[in-house]
Amino acid sequence: MSEHKIDLTINGYRHTAAVEARTSLGEFLREELGYTGTHLACEHGVCGACTVRVDGVAMRSCLMLAVQADGCEITTVEGLAAPDGTLHRVQQALKDNFGLQCGFCTPGVAITLATVLEDNPAATTSDMEAAMSGHVCRCTGYQGIRRAIRQLAGEHA
Amino acid sequence: MNFHASSVGATRYVGERTPRKEDARLLTGRGQFTDDIQLPGMMHIAYVRSPVARGRIVSINLDVAREMPGVQAIYTQDDLAAIPVQMLSFFFTPIESPVTLLADGRVACVGDPVCMVIAESRAQAEDAAALVELEIEEETPLVTIADAKTGALVHPDRDDNIAAEMGDADMLEEAIQPLLDKAPHVVTHTIRHQRIAQSPMECRACVASPEGSGEMTVWMGCQSPHLAARYVAHALGMPQESIRVIAKDVGGGFGLKNIPWREEVAVVVAARLFGRPLKWIEDRYEALTASSHAREQEVTLTLGLDDEGKLLAGWSDYACNNGAWPMGEDSNIAVHMFMWPAYKMPAYGFVTRGWFTNTMGLGGYRGPWAMESLIRETTLDKAARKMGLDPVEVRRKNLIYLPDQPVTSTLGIEVTDITPGECLEKLVANVDIAAFRKEQAEARKEGRYLGMGIATYIEPTGSAGQMQPMTGETVHLRIEPTGKVVAMLSTHSQGHGTATTMAQVIADRLGVAYEDISVFEGDSAIGAFGPGAAGSRQGVIAGGATWKATELLADKVKAVAAHLSNASTEAVTIEDGMVHVEGAPEMSRSLKELAEIAYGEPARLPEGMASGLEAQFRYQPPPMTMTSAAHCCVVEVDAETGFVKILRWISAEDCGTVINPGVVEGQIAGGLAQAIGQVLLEEMPYDARGNPLAATFKDYLMPTISDVPDFEYLHANTPSQTIGGMRGVGEGGAIIGPPTLVNAIADALSPFGELGGEKGEVTLPLTPARILDVIEQRDVSGHQAHAEPAPAAPVETTAAPVADTSALAAAPAAISIDGDWDMTLKAPMGGQTFLAHFETDGTALAGYLSAPEGQQDFAGGTFEDGRMKFEVKVDKPMKVTLKYDLQASADTITGKCKMGMFGTAKVTAVRPA
Repeated sequence: MSEHKIDLTINGYRHTAAVEARTSLGEFLREELGYTGTHLACEHGVCGACTVRVDGVAMRSCLMLAVQADGCEITTVEGLAAPDGTLHRVQQALKDNFGLQCGFCTPGVAITLATVLEDNPAATTSDMEAAMSGHVCRCTGYQGIRRAIRQLAGEHA
Repeated sequence: MNFHASSVGATRYVGERTPRKEDARLLTGRGQFTDDIQLPGMMHIAYVRSPVARGRIVSINLDVAREMPGVQAIYTQDDLAAIPVQMLSFFFTPIESPVTLLADGRVACVGDPVCMVIAESRAQAEDAAALVELEIEEETPLVTIADAKTGALVHPDRDDNIAAEMGDADMLEEAIQPLLDKAPHVVTHTIRHQRIAQSPMECRACVASPEGSGEMTVWMGCQSPHLAARYVAHALGMPQESIRVIAKDVGGGFGLKNIPWREEVAVVVAARLFGRPLKWIEDRYEALTASSHAREQEVTLTLGLDDEGKLLAGWSDYACNNGAWPMGEDSNIAVHMFMWPAYKMPAYGFVTRGWFTNTMGLGGYRGPWAMESLIRETTLDKAARKMGLDPVEVRRKNLIYLPDQPVTSTLGIEVTDITPGECLEKLVANVDIAAFRKEQAEARKEGRYLGMGIATYIEPTGSAGQMQPMTGETVHLRIEPTGKVVAMLSTHSQGHGTATTMAQVIADRLGVAYEDISVFEGDSAIGAFGPGAAGSRQGVIAGGATWKATELLADKVKAVAAHLSNASTEAVTIEDGMVHVEGAPEMSRSLKELAEIAYGEPARLPEGMASGLEAQFRYQPPPMTMTSAAHCCVVEVDAETGFVKILRWISAEDCGTVINPGVVEGQIAGGLAQAIGQVLLEEMPYDARGNPLAATFKDYLMPTISDVPDFEYLHANTPSQTIGGMRGVGEGGAIIGPPTLVNAIADALSPFGELGGEKGEVTLPLTPARILDVIEQRDVSGHQAHAEPAPAAPVETTAAPVADTSALAAAPAAISIDGDWDMTLKAPMGGQTFLAHFETDGTALAGYLSAPEGQQDFAGGTFEDGRMKFEVKVDKPMKVTLKYDLQASADTITGKCKMGMFGTAKVTAVRPA
């Protein structure tokens, strides 16, 4: 197995590591660095639970290799809230609206919605619902997530 | 019940949409799921699984795999057998067809675990697992229920492929058919329900760390750490205290994780053998194809109705696919128990069977008996269409309303406070059906096909005291010297939000701020035994236990405050953490002050009072608490494509006292989304060689946000008879959802014809192609071309496979049956073994049946030509007269036992060894 040295920034902290070429970014974040907030639920790119932000883009960390993240800036769910603990508005909206139950899919949902709003602060309900189509939640029937999306869209309506 | 009338503070928490305590950690990535656990020296497990559905293992070659980097050990069943294990069903009865942790000489389904590879990393374990060479002599597998009826034995040591059966086939001819013959209208309907993969977002997971002398800490994705610890301890014959199961966060369970199964128990056993921590994280491919499945079943219901639509009689023939290794052999008797308690049904009979096949085993899934609502509600709608009646009127004529109660169903279920009729009225009052019918008629003129479906049901929740693991709940509360409250509970949340709802109850009943309450659960070392999430029970039972424990604690606080203030306890109130004495504002103290006195200065407490501010209560609720609901949905079916769009969905449910509407509605919504998946999308098909065909989430279609509409909720809030008045709500959406949606689709399609064709056979899921079958009146889906033979019509029910004792009546007469026998009764919740003692006097037969739970004497039986007939009356779990009809030979007794509402069970007995 070939090993590669990578250098990347995660939630504002710089990390250097040697990784096997085949190690996925999600696995690396979880196993090597302890960012266990990123959850691996299907490991084949369908469910969206493992979504992290890589250089401003929402990526499925199960489909990206850790070596591909060399030099990248990554935000995981641990990096969404403000340093003082104030929740990101996406996190707050999910909380306000019972947008999560077991919480396993939630980190990916939060990263995707935060990224949509980052790209377009005036994102509409349908923009965010379209982005949510790449996420599977087995608990909530999407009711609270949809209410959270409306709350987020309403913030700038 | 007026739970506001109380001397605690005025601030109400019960009934509020209080934000969840669980969310802070889960939203910020600080939850603790099993895969988050890393231990020094921990090794990783990958299973080698059978690629064929049925066959004899000729050889297992580990040579290449053993040489792979990082591999520490590879175990087969021969290795694991060093530690004896008795796998149990959910009812804690032994699995009848002994299931081993790894395959023992034979494989019986694709995905059967054969070897366990232990390596330094998960990737290395998977690498090596791929290089284990299995040679299996493949045999023709049985895949479908139809295969099972005629094919070779799945388990060669059994008499047939019937995993379990109940019901009384004779009853059709003797009691039901005559009523059907006289009925002005007879409707028969069949539903084939596809196989479902429960698919919690977190796959199964287990970490086992052996410690000290035979102790073990286990992290496991489960539905109750207490139940998991009890199960593992029981299966391995260890003291329960030696196993600590921790499950702080679990990514959904839905019945799949009811009990630890082969892979989790194998991790525990292997950790003992290997002596180091081991971790197994199931991947999605395994989760879909090799986790226990659910639902595959087919049922035919025949109803007789009078001209007004009143029910006269019913008969059903039910079968479910148990796969090879079910989590307990199951004929799903609950389908029949809960088919009619909400309805005025004068006569009902059934046969119900579970069949072994060479497919993955049957496990639990939200509302395992849900077929009762699906077949009943769709058949009622079909009857209404046939007879030109309004579906709401048909239900009104037959439903049980509050004034009709108490009433006992034909199968002995007594209902005293159900409200399905009231829920229906509430629903109808909030949906303008007449306006919809107008809109529907207009739309049809434009070639748009709208449909409305309505369904009603009741659901048994909060079961306790009738099945081994389904117990009461214990709650331990403490006001710490800081004045803050901690609660130690045996509850478990896989998304249920029990820390939230229980804290709301405490805040409400004690008079403290919600924020000042910390709830600890998710660990078998915390709290006393409770079965966690199973059967929609935690809100009811743990809620009641918390309610009462909090009141006990409040009473103590008041007694201490009254004593210190020379006041009466009636004068004391607690509000937002402050304890006030009426008329003496200067005597107000904080809970902190009182707690410091209670712990630190016990001499100031009333004479004889225990120090500290703690309370514990174990709540044993009524055996069952019923929840009722009526749902309505509106769909539009695209006649060009066959796609179904759900336009509106309204739920009118009665779950009694609602602790937190956000949590209750979340449970209903999650169940409804799963219902939509079952009706329209999800399916785990098998090919003829027994290969599961949905191996990824691209094949297994989970509902997404675009498949699920906004749900509207109406809450009826009729308090139950439990402490606090709650009723369970965890499973209901998945039970009432499917018939509501199927009825709406059938209504939309009615201009084209009957859903399921004139034969009335509806096969789920209702894919666009199957919808087009109806619209285009031809076999678009190809379903008819591949259809299995229709199940036997009720009058031609397949011969009951129970022993036909009359055929054996010519047995030799000179047999002595006197003395003791080891007798086994194949009861609906697993086999029951007990001692039978017989004494004969000529043809008179008497004796007793004795089990650890007690002894039942009987007399007045007969013994003629080897045929034994006697009756035994029992009170538990329900009052029922057991009618035995047995045939004795020199060393065995076989026959059957009619068990009233439970139908007929097989009986065997042998002389004690």
